[in-house]
Amino acid sequence: MLILECPYCGVEAEETELHAGGQAHIKRETVGSDDDAFEHYLFSRANPRGVHLERWRHANGCGKWFHAARSTTTLEVFGTYSAQTFEPPKAIVDAITAKHPNWSFDQWKDLS
Amino acid sequence: MSNAVSALQGARFEGFATITESGLRGMITLRGDLASSAVKSAVKAATGLAVPTQRQFATADEHGVGWMSPDELLLMVPYEKAPEITARLAAALEGEHALVVNVSDARAVFSIEGQSAREVLAKLSPVDVSQESFPEGTLRRTRLAQTAVAFWAKGKNAFELICFRSEAGYVFDVLSMSARKGSEVNFYST
Ligand SMILES: [Zn+2]
Repeated sequence: MLILECPYCGVEAEETELHAGGQAHIKRETVGSDDDAFEHYLFSRANPRGVHLERWRHANGCGKWFHAARSTTTLEVFGTYSAQTFEPPKAIVDAITAKHPNWSFDQWKDLS
Repeated sequence: MSNAVSALQGARFEGFATITESGLRGMITLRGDLASSAVKSAVKAATGLAVPTQRQFATADEHGVGWMSPDELLLMVPYEKAPEITARLAAALEGEHALVVNVSDARAVFSIEGQSAREVLAKLSPVDVSQESFPEGTLRRTRLAQTAVAFWAKGKNAFELICFRSEAGYVFDVLSMSARKGSEVNFYST
């Protein structure tokens, strides 16, 4: 059972209160983007074995979207953070690199 | 003018705790910047209460204010006063980035009372409702079996719960089933 702390209401919410929203920090293409960019936005997603940054919604709760950093292999949660950011805050990156020294946000972004 | 009735018109179940549909209740959703002085003074004027802190439910007399999310409050007022209070709040918040809606007829309210009231909710929600983790005045939006609800502790052994009106029948049934005599777990009993 996955348990994530909602950064908005401070609740330790278990999986059944949450809704998974897929990969975090993707660039949303819009009017003026070319076909390749749109295809990438619509269909390409990283599926790493290990550290992943995801979007989750506290659906049966405050209703807010937030971000979570966790390992897809061990289910270890490195932390959750606000959705109003383009990259993970330093505390999250520190928690990840403490366990995975070679991990970097830039490298993770290039996965998809 | 039609005659307003609540979803289950006061339905009641006596188990090891008592489940009661609370009848008509005025409920107003207020969304906006909860830290702004405009919202604070509007809420104070409407209910006599301060904006509650995270996951708290404040009550005084016939009024209540619940913290629903970082930008949402639920105001509980007498049913017949809800339209007028909604209009007053909307007027007070004119020009603010805020929203005030009378949701009284879109919701149902239940009370869960009795020695093992906490157990009725514990069986249905992924929430630690022990006295230590969930003292009086605590509010939680969560899941009750398969539906979204919010509940708060009115007292040591008394809770109030709201759900969507269309789900009132389901909520009453699962609460009643959970409170059925003979199904006590006594997890929280001291
Ligand atoms: Zn939340």
